[in-house]
Amino acid sequence: MKKTSSRVLLLFKWLILLAVLLAIYLPLVMIVVYSFSTSKSVGGEFGNFTFSLYGNLLKNTQLLAALKNTIVIGAVSALLATILGTTASVGIHYMKKKVKSVVDTASQITVVNAEIITAMGFFLLMIFLRDTVKIPVNFSLWWLIITHTVITTPYVILTVTPRLSQLNPNLLEASMDLGAGPLRSLFTVMLPQLAGAMISGFALAFTLSLDDFVVTNINSFGANVDTISTYVYAGIRKKGIPVEIRALSTIIFVVVLTALIVYNVIKNKKAKEGAKKA
Amino acid sequence: MRKRKAKVFRPTAFSFPYLAVTLIFVIVPLFLVLIYAFRGANGGFTFENFRLVFTDKETLRQLGQTVGIAALSTAICLLIAYPVAYVLSSRPFNKMAILALLFVIPMWINFMLRIFALQSLLTVIGVKKSFGAAVIGMVYDFFPYMLLPIYTVLSNMDKSYVEASTDLGANPALTFFRVTLPLSLPGVISGVSMMFMPIFSSYAITKMMGDMNTTVIGAKIASLFENQNYGDYGYGSALSFILLLIVLVVMLVGSVLTRRTAKAPSKGGKA
Repeated sequence: MKKTSSRVLLLFKWLILLAVLLAIYLPLVMIVVYSFSTSKSVGGEFGNFTFSLYGNLLKNTQLLAALKNTIVIGAVSALLATILGTTASVGIHYMKKKVKSVVDTASQITVVNAEIITAMGFFLLMIFLRDTVKIPVNFSLWWLIITHTVITTPYVILTVTPRLSQLNPNLLEASMDLGAGPLRSLFTVMLPQLAGAMISGFALAFTLSLDDFVVTNINSFGANVDTISTYVYAGIRKKGIPVEIRALSTIIFVVVLTALIVYNVIKNKKAKEGAKKA
Repeated sequence: MRKRKAKVFRPTAFSFPYLAVTLIFVIVPLFLVLIYAFRGANGGFTFENFRLVFTDKETLRQLGQTVGIAALSTAICLLIAYPVAYVLSSRPFNKMAILALLFVIPMWINFMLRIFALQSLLTVIGVKKSFGAAVIGMVYDFFPYMLLPIYTVLSNMDKSYVEASTDLGANPALTFFRVTLPLSLPGVISGVSMMFMPIFSSYAITKMMGDMNTTVIGAKIASLFENQNYGDYGYGSALSFILLLIVLVVMLVGSVLTRRTAKAPSKGGKA
């Protein structure tokens, strides 16, 4: 009796998981399927199997420009955020408790705040710098890179700080006592030990930047700089989304899926090998 | 010797570039919001912007609807994510590492593309743009962010509590409600806080999935700034200021709840 009831329970658990997985992946699978069709809308008459959307993707200059902007903003801002966040973590690590708690709170402002307020703050700052302080700046790709750096740096700090607290706190001082300058100590003593955390921080900052919409939307007015997010959003509201977006989505799905599964399989293998050795 | 010491570089100085950036790009903008919110057309101090917000029935309706959408979506998402996290962290599923990964992979795919995919599917199965569709969009978009913290807490939980409860004669339901659920609350609070406030800014989802009447307050603020009309900055800033107060209240409630739930297990241990 007990065995059958536990079997029913197991089956029920599988059903829950599969139902949710289906809900998550069905929309994505449908886009992938229709990326091989020239049907006007997803779900319409399929017609012939074709790769033509992928070919057209290479000709859609607007979409390619949006893709390029997304990657440039993501990569540059993630790099800046990694540098800024790592040096900040090292500095904060050596602060006195009271100062530290103030700085920690300040660094969490953009994380906990509603994104629309952060986005609007950037907008007002730009207006202030341009019209009141009269600095010759305007909404541009660079402004987006700066804003993305500001919103992703706290996440780099959150990634690097735990690793930093595992390190020997005397190493930096020892290095400086032995005559190395502060920058040299940072580069030869601290950074090599933080490399792993910095890479994780960079990856996190990069994905957060790719996914951003609100800050980008509000801070690209008049700049004519589209990212994938703002391009698709504008398409849905105005001129309609070009069918090539299905090909681009499919490429992104496949790349993300493969990269993550391969990464995790390797990680699990390493963890198992490590466990065997120990 | 003393002279040399005065010149010694303090490691804290490494944080100065970041502190400068935070001051200019985070603190100053908040002050600008504050200034614009209380500044009248003639540049003097005024409550006029706030009066306009509180007498604008449409804005108040949108604010109310935002809280409604946020509460409803968060509740539905929690009701789906919790059982999934619970099953994933139980045997035999906790041994299948890739399985849990499949549930959070969407986090790494651009959310606008995912919403586009979801909207296409809903159109195919005949769900029109509506309040309900917008809620489905929110649940779909935030699901991994709700799942992950709950899953993490449940899989790191010390299983001996559950065993002790069972050994002492509690049935599975009692064990769940008296042991597992209270211990997993920090994950629940974390998941809820990663969804509730961000929904206020998720106007892309309501615009893409909802009908004309369905909106979140972020859309209102965004539209005021899209016009680049100076007169509206005051109104938008006042609205943002009100939103800021809501953020503070939500955070305060969150931190009080976290502190209370953190105390719970030790209390239970004593009793």
